[in-house]
Amino acid sequence: MKGTTMNPADVKQGTGTKQGTGTNKGAEHSGVLLKDMKVSRGMRVFRVFNLAFLLVVVFLTLYPFLNIIAQSFSSEGFINAGQVNLFPKGFNTETYKLILADSTFWNNYGNTVLYTVVATAISMVLTTSFAYAIAKKDLKGRSVFIGIAVFTMFFNGGLIPNYVLISSLGMRDTLWAVVLPNAISVFNLLIMKSFFENMPRELEEAAAIDGLSQYGVLFKVVLPLSKAIVATMVLFYAVANWNSWFQAFLYLDNPDLFPVTIYLRNMIAGVTTAGSAGGTAENVGQIAANIQSVTIVLTVIPILCVYPFVQKYFFSGVMLGSVKE
Amino acid sequence: MAMRLEVPPEAVTPDPPGTTRNRRNKPGSWSLALKRDWRLYTLVLLPLAYFAVFRYLPMAGNVIAFRQFQPGGSIFGEKWVGLKYVTLFINDPSFWQAFQNTIMLGVLTLLFCFPMPIIFALMLNELRSQKFKKFVQTVAYLPHFMSVVIIAGMILQNFSMTGTVNQIANTLFGTTVNFTQDAGWFRPMYISSEVWQTMGWGAILYLAALTRVDESLYEAARIDGANRWQQTWHVTLPAIRPTIITLLILNIGTFMAVGFEKILLIYNPLNYATSDVISTYLYRVGLESSNFSYAAAIGMFESVIGLTLILSANAISKRLAGTSLW
Repeated sequence: MKGTTMNPADVKQGTGTKQGTGTNKGAEHSGVLLKDMKVSRGMRVFRVFNLAFLLVVVFLTLYPFLNIIAQSFSSEGFINAGQVNLFPKGFNTETYKLILADSTFWNNYGNTVLYTVVATAISMVLTTSFAYAIAKKDLKGRSVFIGIAVFTMFFNGGLIPNYVLISSLGMRDTLWAVVLPNAISVFNLLIMKSFFENMPRELEEAAAIDGLSQYGVLFKVVLPLSKAIVATMVLFYAVANWNSWFQAFLYLDNPDLFPVTIYLRNMIAGVTTAGSAGGTAENVGQIAANIQSVTIVLTVIPILCVYPFVQKYFFSGVMLGSVKE
Repeated sequence: MAMRLEVPPEAVTPDPPGTTRNRRNKPGSWSLALKRDWRLYTLVLLPLAYFAVFRYLPMAGNVIAFRQFQPGGSIFGEKWVGLKYVTLFINDPSFWQAFQNTIMLGVLTLLFCFPMPIIFALMLNELRSQKFKKFVQTVAYLPHFMSVVIIAGMILQNFSMTGTVNQIANTLFGTTVNFTQDAGWFRPMYISSEVWQTMGWGAILYLAALTRVDESLYEAARIDGANRWQQTWHVTLPAIRPTIITLLILNIGTFMAVGFEKILLIYNPLNYATSDVISTYLYRVGLESSNFSYAAAIGMFESVIGLTLILSANAISKRLAGTSLW
């Protein structure tokens, strides 16, 4: 991996200078295909390199995933012999059966679903209402509200004061410790704010003339027209919550409350400390690479299912957020 | 002029005549603003309470860096102890080791992870097939959506004694290395995985900026006889310069916050010499050994450096490049 990361600069530079000698009438940007135009030799060489490089990137990006899938279906012996890479060896589905029969796994999986749903709902309510209000350019105090939010992007209380606070609020070992502390992502807030700002004023004005209050305008006019951004935000938050582990790791001691990321984390930690902290042989067996891979695959599946949508929405969301006022 | 008329007619009646006509303008006083927009202010209440409790209260909680703290007692500590904890960590060699490691990983991250997305975006931009471009993007964004726990699992497996990296090492050099436990290999392991994670997604803002480059600029450059490379150098790069600078400022600002969660998951006592960073060190001191005040002092030091970095990066870029975050 390290070797290939150095390549693009070389490739780019190398072909760039080479191509300087040729004519390049056929050069085009933005991917529009200009037919019947002569393409210089240097340009063709560059394109081949470019394509090859990007294919390597695709392969290297996918490889760890393929490797995990292969390991999850392989037998432990082949993995320990260092023989599994792209394809399963010694095909076995026993481990899947084992994990799928583990009640702790299902309990933790259920917790992840619960936390994701509750946290996303809370985040959406807070983010939408705040974003809607601060998107009103003539709201008095608006810049103060924005400042309060944005400052937290650059300065935060830090681990220890947060930990002390959550503990003293009595939130340890409760769902609230997982779903509340990161309820508002300022990044998401700003994206939503700029979406609301770009909404045509006339719509809201017309609604107001029809006698709707500010609440009415928000719920009956603005939100129905904001389905795209709301869906985007739900996906943003849901993915973040599904993937989160650290809050749970800090504040939950009761294994019945763990999300599935902690289930996985404990497996991984078991492997890394097995050698140094003297784990029993039995432990080492239980948390072997094969079992880890199965858990990873089972945790990733929901993300992969929503990924096509997420990717699409994320892109437009980021585009939206990147447009400066 | 932005006009709004959310207030229903029946709510208008109590208003003095003058204000109803001017309601679209910026309200002058708070009482006027509250009367007109009280519904909007109710929307702000809960989020503000959230920021107060979960963001600003912990900031104030940093005073325990200068106070004696008792678990179970006040979150602001019991009594003043002055700079006791600050002098303690300044004289702590483990802290300085973590400090050095943080700087080192921060520099390496900037060096490798910052330019890669730019190069990647430029190369994607050269693709003629939109379908293939879409495909590469879709694949490249994937790691961004993975939980850090899963990433950590993948790193540890790929770099394990029987993992792919060692399979390759064995084929090429006939030896295997215990990457995950060897302090000398922590940085390459960390940085290469970081590049893997961030290269695709990091390109997204550059790609957005690239779509906004004026096509006529390229045409003009071609007429002036600029070749492909010169076009990239003189048209494309200047066009995405504001994006590059903005992201550079943000990257410098988060310089000290090197992947805490990831390191916490993949490091171990055998490679502390290179892997232990300020955040992981204060995590161990604070939460594993319960020295809350001591750890809070370290944490505050880290936050202040982070804030200073971002403010100065922003000021410098404002002066030199005319681009700033705010």
